[in-house]
Amino acid sequence: MSQAEAGAGSGAGAMARAVPAATARRTPSPLWALSLFRSEVATVFRRWRTFALLGVLAAVPVLVGVAVKMETQDGGAAGHGGGGPAFISQVTNNGLFLVFTSLAATLPFFLPMAIGVIAGDSVAGEASSGTLRYLLVAPAGRTRLLLAKFAATLTFCCAATLTVAALALAVGAVLFPLGDVTLISGVTVSFGEGLLRALAVAGAVALSLVGIAALGLFVSTLTGSGIAAMATTVGLLITAQILDQFPQLHAIQPYLFPHYWLSFADLLRAPVYWDQVLDNLGLQALYAAVFGSAAWARFTTKDITA
Amino acid sequence: MARNEPTHGTDGAAGAGESAGRAPGRRKAVRYAVPVAVAGIAAASIGIGTALASSGDPDLPKISAQDLIAKMAKSDTQQLSGTVKVTTDLGLPSLPAGLSLGDAPGGKAGHGSAGKGKGEGDGADASPQAKLTELASGTHTLRVAADGPDKQRLSIVERAAEYSLIRNGDQVWAYDSKSNTVHHSTAPKDAKGHKEAPEELRGASPQDLAKKTLAAVDDSTSVTVDGTAKVAGRDAYQLVIKPKQGETTVGAVRIAVDAKNGVPLKFTLAPKGGGKAVVEAAFTKVDFAKPAADTFAFTPPKGAKVTEDKDAKGGEGGKSGKGGHDDRKKGMDESGLSGMNVIGKSWTSIAEFKAPGGVGMGAGAKGGKDAGPAGALLDGLGSKVSGSFGSGHVFSTRLVNALVTDDGKVYVGAVTKDALVKAASK
Repeated sequence: MSQAEAGAGSGAGAMARAVPAATARRTPSPLWALSLFRSEVATVFRRWRTFALLGVLAAVPVLVGVAVKMETQDGGAAGHGGGGPAFISQVTNNGLFLVFTSLAATLPFFLPMAIGVIAGDSVAGEASSGTLRYLLVAPAGRTRLLLAKFAATLTFCCAATLTVAALALAVGAVLFPLGDVTLISGVTVSFGEGLLRALAVAGAVALSLVGIAALGLFVSTLTGSGIAAMATTVGLLITAQILDQFPQLHAIQPYLFPHYWLSFADLLRAPVYWDQVLDNLGLQALYAAVFGSAAWARFTTKDITA
Repeated sequence: MARNEPTHGTDGAAGAGESAGRAPGRRKAVRYAVPVAVAGIAAASIGIGTALASSGDPDLPKISAQDLIAKMAKSDTQQLSGTVKVTTDLGLPSLPAGLSLGDAPGGKAGHGSAGKGKGEGDGADASPQAKLTELASGTHTLRVAADGPDKQRLSIVERAAEYSLIRNGDQVWAYDSKSNTVHHSTAPKDAKGHKEAPEELRGASPQDLAKKTLAAVDDSTSVTVDGTAKVAGRDAYQLVIKPKQGETTVGAVRIAVDAKNGVPLKFTLAPKGGGKAVVEAAFTKVDFAKPAADTFAFTPPKGAKVTEDKDAKGGEGGKSGKGGHDDRKKGMDESGLSGMNVIGKSWTSIAEFKAPGGVGMGAGAKGGKDAGPAGALLDGLGSKVSGSFGSGHVFSTRLVNALVTDDGKVYVGAVTKDALVKAASK
C-alpha cells in the first residue's frame, strides 16, 4: 500500500505484496474499507481486555439494582432527600429507571475510561507489539486504516453503552416492576415511549463518548507505547472532569468534552429540552473534527519504525 | 525491511496526491494545519455567532417612555411558553433563604432568619417556598408556560432533575423529580388568591419583576427609553428606570419590552457601584402561541410521596396561594420580628424591626444563645459603625445593606450605609 511508491527500495517481500496494492489503489473498492473495518472490529472484540472492560461495565447495573433492592426491602424509597446518583429514587417504582441510573453512574468514569483504553491502544498498541508495519503493508492507506480504527472504537462506544443499558433493563425487569414511566417533569408516558426514550438516551450517551474516542486516537498516534497512550487518555479525562468542577473556570468549561455529558437527562423532560443535548453533540463533533484531523496529520506523516 | 516511510498519495485524502511531490517537511506542516484550521474555524464561528447575537439592534419606530409603559400595562398576552435564564449575584456566596427579588426592600434580610428558625423546606418536602428560594443565588434555567390567569407551569431545570410547579384552576402541584415527591395545595378561590397565586408561580419571570418595578415608579424616578435590543429573537424597546435619590444603591433597572405585544422580555437590575447586574432575568426562547392543554395536566406519579398542604400549617408560611411578601411578614411576626416599620419611601425605604430574640448581635450577645443562626452568620461579616443611636454593625451585599444595632434593632434597605446610620439616628 503506502509502500507501493515509497518503498521502491524496500525488500522483495514488500514488493511482492505491493503488487495487488497498486491495483487496489487505482480502483478503491468500498469493500476494502469494509473488510478493513471488519478486521479492526474483530481485533478489538477478540481481546480478553475488551471482555474484561465490558464485564466491569456490566457489573454496574447489577450492583446498583441489587443494592437498591436490598435497601428498599422494607418498603422505603431509595435516595432519601434526593441523594445518590440521578434517578435512583425512581428505580423501585419502575425498573426502566435502572437504565438511566446505571448510565448516569457509569458515564462520568467507567464508560469513558473503557473508551480511553480501547482508543489509546488502537494505534499505539499495534506499534508497541510491532504489528503496525504489517498493517500498513495492506493496500488500504494510512487514512483508511485510521478511519477503520476510529470506526472500530466508535463501535466499541456503542457496544459498551448498550451493554450497560441492556443489562440494566434486564436487571430492572427482574427486580422491579415495569410500567408507565414518569418523566422528570412529572408527566407520565406509556412504557413503549419510555423504552423509546431509553433508546434515545443510550444513543446520546454513546455519542457523548465520540470526543474522548477522537482524543484517545490522537494520543495513540503520538506514542509507540500502548500503555502510555491509555494512561494519557484516561489522565486527560480525569483532568477535564476536575476542571469541570471549578466554578472559577466557567469560561472554558463549555469547551471541555465532559461538560454536557449529563445532558442526556434532558431527553427525559416533557417537552424535551434540546439546548444542551445539541450543545453536547456539537461539542463532540468538534472534538472529533479537531483531534481526528490531528491524528490524521500525525499518522500520515510520521515514520513508522515499529 | 526498510523503515515504513509516510504515505504519499495512497491514502485517497483530498489534496494528498498533489502534496506527494513536495518536501516532506512542508507536507507535514500542511497536514498539521488542518486540525489547527478546524479549531480556528470553530473558534471564529463561535465568536462571530456571539457578536451577531449581541449586536444588530433592531430598527424600530421611536416611542416615548410613557407610551411604552402604557403599552406594557395594556398588554393582554396571556399565553406564552419559553425558557428563562435567571442570574442573581448579590455578592454573597449563597443566601440561606430567598428574597423575592423585585420586591420592595422591606424585610429582605429578616426572611433568612425567619425561614431558618422554622426549619422549612427539609429534604423531603417539595413545597414551593423551600424551592423557589434557591433561585436567589446563582444561575438557573426556568421553563415557563402560561395560558390565562389560572393555568401556569414553571419548571426549574436542574442537573439530571427538574422541579415543576403546575397550577391548573385551583389545584397547585409541585413535583420534585430528585426526591420523587409531590406537594399538593389548593389555591384559595377568593379574589386575593387568584391575584396572588400566579404571582408566586412566576416570581422570577421578567414580567413579574417588571410589574413590581413599575409599581415603584413615582416622581423620584426617571424613566426613559434607551434604544432597542433583540431578546430571544424578538425586537424589543429598552426601558431604563433610574432612581433620582442619591441614597439608594440601585443604579438602574433596564427592561426590554417586546415591540409587538408589550411583554417584558428581559429584566436587569444594576447596582450603583457598577459591575455585573445583581439580577438578570431574560427569556432565551419565547413563543406566544397557546401551550398544549396537557402542559398543565398533572396526576401524581405512581410511587411518589405526596404531601398535602394543610391550612392548619398556615402559620408556617407554607400556603402556596399567598404571595411571598405576606409570608415573609407573617414569618417575621412569629419568630419575634415584630413591629416592622418602614422609614422613607420608594427606592430609599428602609425597614426597621427588632432582631429575633430581642437581643442584638453586638459584642455582648456573641457568645449568648440568643444570637441565633443569622446572628452567627452576620457577625463575621459586619463592619462596626457608631452614631447617636449607639453602635452597631453594618452588613453589606452588592445591593442590600443592613445595620444591626447593639440594642437589637435592624435596619435594612437598598440604600447606602450612611443612609442607614442616618435612619437609625433619628
